[in-house]
Amino acid sequence: MIPELGHFALALAVAIGFAQGIFPLWGAWRRDARLIQAAPAIAIGQFIALGTAYACLTWSNVVDDFSVLNVAENGHSLKPLIYKISGTWGNHEGSILLWCLIISLCGAAVAVAGGNLPSSLRARVLGVLGLSSVGFQLFALIESNPFVRLWPPPMDGRDMNPLLQDPGLAIHPPILYIGYVGFAVPFAFAVAALLEGRIDAAWGRWVRPWTLAAWCFLTCGIALGSWWAYYELGWGGYWFWDPVENASLLPWLTGTALLHSAIVVEKREALKTWTVLLAIGTFSLSLSGTFLVRSGILNSVHSFANDPARGVFILALLGLVIGGSLLLFALRAPVLAASGVFAPISREGGLVLNNILLCSIAAVVMTGTTYPLFADLLLGEKLSVGGPFFNSTVLPLAVPVFAAMSVGPVLSWKRADLGSALIRLWWALLLALAVGGYAAIGMKILPALAFGAAVWLIAGAAAEVIERVRLFRVPLGDSLARLRGLPRSTFGTTLGHAGLGVTIAGIAGMSLASEAIVLVKPGAATHLAGYDWKLIELHDGAGPNYDARVATIEISRNGALVAVLAPERRQFPVQNITTTEAKIATNLVRDLYAVLGDERDGGAVLRLHVNPLAPWIWLGAGVMALGGLLSLTDRRLRVGAPLRRAGQAAAKSAAKMGAKA
Amino acid sequence: MTRKKRRLLVLLVCGLGVGTAAGLSLWALSSDVAFFTSPSQLAHDHPGPGRSFRLGGLVEAGSVQRTNEGGKPTASFRVTDGNTAVVVHYSGILPDLFREGQGVVSLGTLAPDGSFTAQEVLAKHDETYMPKEVAEALKKSGHWNPEQGAPPPASTWNTLTVKKTGG
Repeated sequence: MIPELGHFALALAVAIGFAQGIFPLWGAWRRDARLIQAAPAIAIGQFIALGTAYACLTWSNVVDDFSVLNVAENGHSLKPLIYKISGTWGNHEGSILLWCLIISLCGAAVAVAGGNLPSSLRARVLGVLGLSSVGFQLFALIESNPFVRLWPPPMDGRDMNPLLQDPGLAIHPPILYIGYVGFAVPFAFAVAALLEGRIDAAWGRWVRPWTLAAWCFLTCGIALGSWWAYYELGWGGYWFWDPVENASLLPWLTGTALLHSAIVVEKREALKTWTVLLAIGTFSLSLSGTFLVRSGILNSVHSFANDPARGVFILALLGLVIGGSLLLFALRAPVLAASGVFAPISREGGLVLNNILLCSIAAVVMTGTTYPLFADLLLGEKLSVGGPFFNSTVLPLAVPVFAAMSVGPVLSWKRADLGSALIRLWWALLLALAVGGYAAIGMKILPALAFGAAVWLIAGAAAEVIERVRLFRVPLGDSLARLRGLPRSTFGTTLGHAGLGVTIAGIAGMSLASEAIVLVKPGAATHLAGYDWKLIELHDGAGPNYDARVATIEISRNGALVAVLAPERRQFPVQNITTTEAKIATNLVRDLYAVLGDERDGGAVLRLHVNPLAPWIWLGAGVMALGGLLSLTDRRLRVGAPLRRAGQAAAKSAAKMGAKA
Repeated sequence: MTRKKRRLLVLLVCGLGVGTAAGLSLWALSSDVAFFTSPSQLAHDHPGPGRSFRLGGLVEAGSVQRTNEGGKPTASFRVTDGNTAVVVHYSGILPDLFREGQGVVSLGTLAPDGSFTAQEVLAKHDETYMPKEVAEALKKSGHWNPEQGAPPPASTWNTLTVKKTGG
């Protein structure tokens, strides 16, 4: 009964989706106030319908209803509850439904929070959101229906891939999807602006919070995925330039560019056409990233079972949404005239440079990701593009980004003087050179460069705040007062840039990691990077749905015990899969990392790593997202709120006057 | 600075960025990509020493040897596509899904003695999975028609006669 209810709700959502895609746009075009005003209600109804469908699927998973094909294929009665819930989105059908749910959530959010938007713009935004998502809901209903029944139901399910049975990965897909799909809102704003033929500073102010929110989630989502790869895959790395990782990095790069170019639209009414194109491009990359990888066109660990019919349907949808919006852009972009002018050396100039470089990086990452596909189709050659390609193309383009990142925020709008900006940053530059130089003495050149860049970013971010509060130049009390008066978005920028610095320091530290693969007998010890690793014993263990082999390793330094690690090899009988469970002891400055390999000759093969600064990679991403969050709470972005309150106050006082009279 | 000059400058910077990106990509594509090769292809098309490439095929049954060279565990095995087999040396932990008779892709370089030194061995899928490239190489050598079910046991691969599957 419950799955049928979900099936019905999904069908209802498709119907509402068509209504959301057609009526508000028609109403905005014909200036029909009734249709325009109906838009928010339709969007909220859409969210309720999809929410119901999704809740039904989750319910079927939680109660182990194996008469539902999707649950039978991915569920298992012994699976812990958290993985029954996360199992809902851990497969093709469920993840598409989640995708649809989140885009409808965005629509509902615009409907609820967009009270200060002009009603025709809001109707257009909601209409575009409806149009671009209805195809995917139709896809979920027709081609990948999660509610299909199975008769007779099996005794038990086939279980989820054990690698996915992990708390970090349980929350990773929804967060990543909110990031991906969140860029649908700036996209809808961009298309709506093209339809209206008007973009002004207010448009920039409306788009920025949505972009910021999507960017924060995407940043967290990517970081979670990379963290999972680090501790769960047990290969000792954190980023493998796998197509699915690149697919999430691409919209992040262009989304970061969008975040910055929207500032220019908001403050200076320049770069309008470019910002619209970036918004369209970012969502297009999100779309193709989510669906190309999952359709099995790009060879990746993440491609689910591929079915040609699904691939064609998805390609047609992608072509419609991306091609349609680009066509509209080509037709309507000339209408959007720029008004603000600026000198090359200025805050705007810096932001343009940021955009050019970020988009260039996105272009090379895209080239590397899709090249194997084209080489296969056009040249008939099988090849793979891995780390070496991306390192030698992304690094040279990233260096100028890092160099400019600290300078940009201290430049003034319209016209600036590079010399005086650099003078303000002298101590940051000196510190960066000192650290880089010191690092260069004992290390390879690249890590030294990266440490220098990290210090430059962190110190540069601090320098901007110090400059603005005039620390040591005015009395301390005055500085504190200034600090309190600074807008929150300033701290957002500072944290965002410093966070990247922290991540880079982590990456630099990881490049100095030491690794050893050794065969050790119980009771024997080995030595790595100043630590003694002693294998105490090997024993059997068991979990709810797996058997395990566990090694106990004592790590000591100069005779003092530092940590005890118990890496495992887990055997999942349902799918007959073995996984390695790496164990990590961290003190935030270095990670001790141990993996248990196979056992032979009475001993066990261990892979041991000492990873300096590794946790900083993900800490930095957290700091970046925190910066975005802080910017989101800036009152400047809530410009509508005081206005509306003022309006209400005026209405109240008018009512009072009326009552008095 | 006039409007025209300014626009020219922006275009110039854009061109520089895009040009650098294109140049870097082309340069890296010519040196940093890893081609996929099957053991038969390797026999008549030598990729040159030091050049890394990906070798794919099935792990020949009974060919896996695990040794310890100075406390460092290493493994060697033969990768075959039915016609030719190549010896692969790998020092490290073989992936969880590495089994004899299963598809494997390894990244590495050719040693002077004709054996393959792997830096990476990939077998990261479930046990019924066959890497796309390996399946194609096997199809090309006429040893397996994927429509007729799972590949036959690896022990039958290492022969020079073409076996009919599903017959």
